[in-house]
Amino acid sequence: MSEAGGPVRIGVYVCHCGTNIAAVVGCGEVADYARSLAQVAVSREYKYLCSEPGQELIRQDIRDHGLNRIVVASCSPHLHEHTFRAAVEKSGLNPFFMHMVNIREHNSWVHEDRAKATAKANDMVRAAVRRVALQQSLSRGRVEINPGVLVVGGGIAGIHAAMTLANAGKKVHLVERQPSIGGHMAMFDKTFPTLDCAACILTPKMSSVKAHPNITLWSNAEVTGVAGYVGNFDVKVTRWPRYIDEDLCTGCLQCVEACVYKEARFPDGFNMGLSKRKPIYLPFPQAVPQVPVIDPETCIQFKTGKCKKTCVAACADRQAIDFQQKEKIEQIRVGAIVIATGFQPFDASRVPYYGYGVYPNVYTSLEVERLVNASGPTGGDVVLRDGRRPKSVGVIHCVGSRDVDSNRWCSRVCCMYSLKLAHLLKEHTDAEIFNFYIDMRTPGKGFEEFYQKLLNEGVHFIRGRVAEVTDWALDPTEEDKLVLRVEDTLLGTVRRIPVDMVVLSVGLEPHADAGEVRRLFNISCASEGFFLERHPKLAPVNTFTDGIFLAGCCQGPKDIPDTVAQAGAAAAEALALIDAGAVETEPNTAHVIEESCSGCRTCVPMCPYNAIVFDAAAGRARIEQVLCKGCGTCVAACPSAAIGQHLFEDAEIFEEIEGVLANV
Amino acid sequence: MSEFEPKIVAFFCNWCTYLAADLAGTSRMKYAPNTRVIRVMCSGRVDPQFILEAFARGADGVLIGGCHPNDCHYQEGNYKALRRFYALKEIVRQMGIEDERLRLEWISAAEGERVKIVVNDMVGKIRALGPLRPKPQQEVTA
Repeated sequence: MSEAGGPVRIGVYVCHCGTNIAAVVGCGEVADYARSLAQVAVSREYKYLCSEPGQELIRQDIRDHGLNRIVVASCSPHLHEHTFRAAVEKSGLNPFFMHMVNIREHNSWVHEDRAKATAKANDMVRAAVRRVALQQSLSRGRVEINPGVLVVGGGIAGIHAAMTLANAGKKVHLVERQPSIGGHMAMFDKTFPTLDCAACILTPKMSSVKAHPNITLWSNAEVTGVAGYVGNFDVKVTRWPRYIDEDLCTGCLQCVEACVYKEARFPDGFNMGLSKRKPIYLPFPQAVPQVPVIDPETCIQFKTGKCKKTCVAACADRQAIDFQQKEKIEQIRVGAIVIATGFQPFDASRVPYYGYGVYPNVYTSLEVERLVNASGPTGGDVVLRDGRRPKSVGVIHCVGSRDVDSNRWCSRVCCMYSLKLAHLLKEHTDAEIFNFYIDMRTPGKGFEEFYQKLLNEGVHFIRGRVAEVTDWALDPTEEDKLVLRVEDTLLGTVRRIPVDMVVLSVGLEPHADAGEVRRLFNISCASEGFFLERHPKLAPVNTFTDGIFLAGCCQGPKDIPDTVAQAGAAAAEALALIDAGAVETEPNTAHVIEESCSGCRTCVPMCPYNAIVFDAAAGRARIEQVLCKGCGTCVAACPSAAIGQHLFEDAEIFEEIEGVLANV
Repeated sequence: MSEFEPKIVAFFCNWCTYLAADLAGTSRMKYAPNTRVIRVMCSGRVDPQFILEAFARGADGVLIGGCHPNDCHYQEGNYKALRRFYALKEIVRQMGIEDERLRLEWISAAEGERVKIVVNDMVGKIRALGPLRPKPQQEVTA
C-alpha cells in the first residue's frame, strides 16, 4: 500500500475559490506548471475544491491514479487543512500525506499583479511538491478529556454558560472576581427593548447557580495559573479573603447592622459611588453568595487593631467573621474553559470637553442605571447631585465609541440603552429629554420599534456630535444650566441646548487587565484588545487554543440577548468536546533520533513543558510525546540534528526553502 | 529590462505572524508579492541553518515573524529565536550580507497591517541594495 512507500505519485489541486483566487492568480498556469514538476502524476484546477464534488475529485484521482501525496493550493490551512486531510483520509491515504499552499490569504487577496502573483503561486506549489514527497505517514495522539469545566466570570454570560453545562450534568467551577456574581447586568434597572426588569430576570438565575449541585461557585476569587492543554487543564484559583467564612455565614446581615460605624461612610461601588456603605457590607441586596465582605482598607480592626468588633459580637456563636482569613489556593483539573470576563465601561473623564467629574450633574449611563433603579441609591427617585430634580436632560451618545481619539469601534448597545434611559428618565421625572446621536443604530428584534415608540413619546432627537458641555451661560435661560453646544446636522445650524442633567452614554471596552488574562490562558486579542475568536463567522466562540471558549463582551461589545446566545454556544462547544470523551492531538511532536544523540543535554532546558528527559542509563535524551506541544524549539537547538519534528522535519523545510528559490 | 524583484523567504510562526498574514488577506490589504512564506509552528523552530540555506540558494532577504515578547504560544520560543537571531546576525554580517536582508519581527495575529508595512519596507530596502552578492570579509582583507 502507498502508506509503506513505493514510488511517490503526487496530485496537485489548484482551487479557484470562485473568483477569489482565479481573479488574480492564473490557476490554469499554476496547474500546468505543477504538471511539469518531478513526481507529479496529476495536476488539476477546480472551482471550489472544498465542496463535496471537489473533495471527491481528489479521492477519485487517488483511487484511479494511485496517488500517494496530495498538494492543495487554495486558502489558509487554518481554514481548510482539516477539510482536505479528512478528504484524503476518507480515500484510505494517511491524512498527513497532504500539504496545503496558501494562495488566497497570502496571495490573491493581497496582490494585484497577475504575473507576479502567479509566479509566487508557482514557487509555493513547487516548494510544496518537493516537501510533500518527503512527508511521512503519521498518527494522531489521543488524549482523554476531563469532564469538568471552568467558567471564568460570573456575569450573565458566565452564569448562562455555567447553568447550561451544569444542567447537562457537567461539573462546573465558576470563578468570579467580585464578591458577588451578576456582573453589569445586576446593576441595570430595565433591559431594552422589552423593559424587563433586569433583576427580575437575572437574580433567579444567580440563585440557581448557587443552589445547583453541579456548580462550585468561587466569588472574590481569580484564576492565577493555567497549565496543561485541551482536555486536561490544571488551573490554580486564588480565593481572596473576604474575612467572613462562607460556610458559617447565614446571610442574616446582623454584622452589618452592628458595625461600629452607625452610618455608612464609604463610596458604594455597586451604586457607582452614588451611595455609601459600611466597611462590612453586602455588595447589593440580591448578591450571590448572600455573604457580606469586609473591606480591609476601611475597617477599623484592620487599620488599628483596636475596634470593639461589634460585628463579631453580633455574629455570636456562628463565628463566621475571621479577621485572620488568608487567601486560599484551589487546584482543579478541567477539560474545557469558558472565558466570560466581560467589559469595562469607558472612563468618561477621558473626554474632558464633556465635563464628567467637573460638573456634578454630568452622569455616566451606568450611574443613571443605578439612579432610576428602585433598589438604587435614591430608591428610583431621580435627584441630582445638587439636590434638584431635572426638568431637562441631554443624553450624549457615542462617548468613547466611534471616536478616533478614544475607541474607534461602535459599542453596539449604547443607542438602545440611551433610548431606554430616555424612556425611564421621562417616566421618572417627566423631564424634556434630548438625545444627541451620530447615527441611530437599532438592529435587533424589536429595537427599531422601540425607537419609534420613543419618537412618539416626545423625546427629542438631535443628529450631531456634541462639541462640549459647559456651564457658561450666554443668556438668562442658560443660567444654572449645563449647555450642550452641538451642530444639528439635519438643520445645518449650531445650537446651544441648556439642560439640568447630562447623561454620557459610555461605550464598552476591554478590561484594563485583559492583556494579563489573555496571557494567562494563552489566547489572542484583536487589535482593540477584545479576545480573538478562531474565526469571526465559523468559529465565533472558539479560540486558537483548543478547549478554551469565549462568551460575552470579552470577545466584543454585545447586548444581553447576543451574550446569552453566545454563552449557550460556548457551553455547547465545551459539551461537544467533553462528551467526545477524548480528543485527537496533532502529530507535530518532536522526537529524538537515538543514534545521532550525543547526550549533550542542550535540548533539555529548551523545553518549557519539561517534556525532554535525559535517560542517564542510555546516555540519550527522550521526549515524552504526551507532554510535547510541538513548537520545535528543541529541534532547532540540537547541535547534532538528533531531534526531528513530525510534519516539520528539517529535510521537509529544506526542500521548501530550495523549492521556493529553485528558479532564482 | 525588468526591475530587480527581490525574493524574500519568510518563516512565519503558526499562531501569530502566519495568522496576521491571513488577516492581511481577509482585510484585502495590498503588499509586495516578493515573500515566500514557510510556516513553522513557532519562531523557535527556525534553525539558523534554514536562514543560511536560504541565502545560499539565492534569497535576497530572510524575514522571521514571531509572537510578541510574553505572547509566545509556546511560552518562550520567541526568546530562543531572538537569541539565535542575534548570534546569526553576526555571522551573516561577517559574510558580507547587509543587515537589512535579515530581519526578525514580532507580529501578532491582530496585526495584519504590520505584515503589509514590514514586507513593503523590507522589499523597498532590499530593492535599493540590489541582488545579494555576498562579499566575504576574508576576501576583502586578504
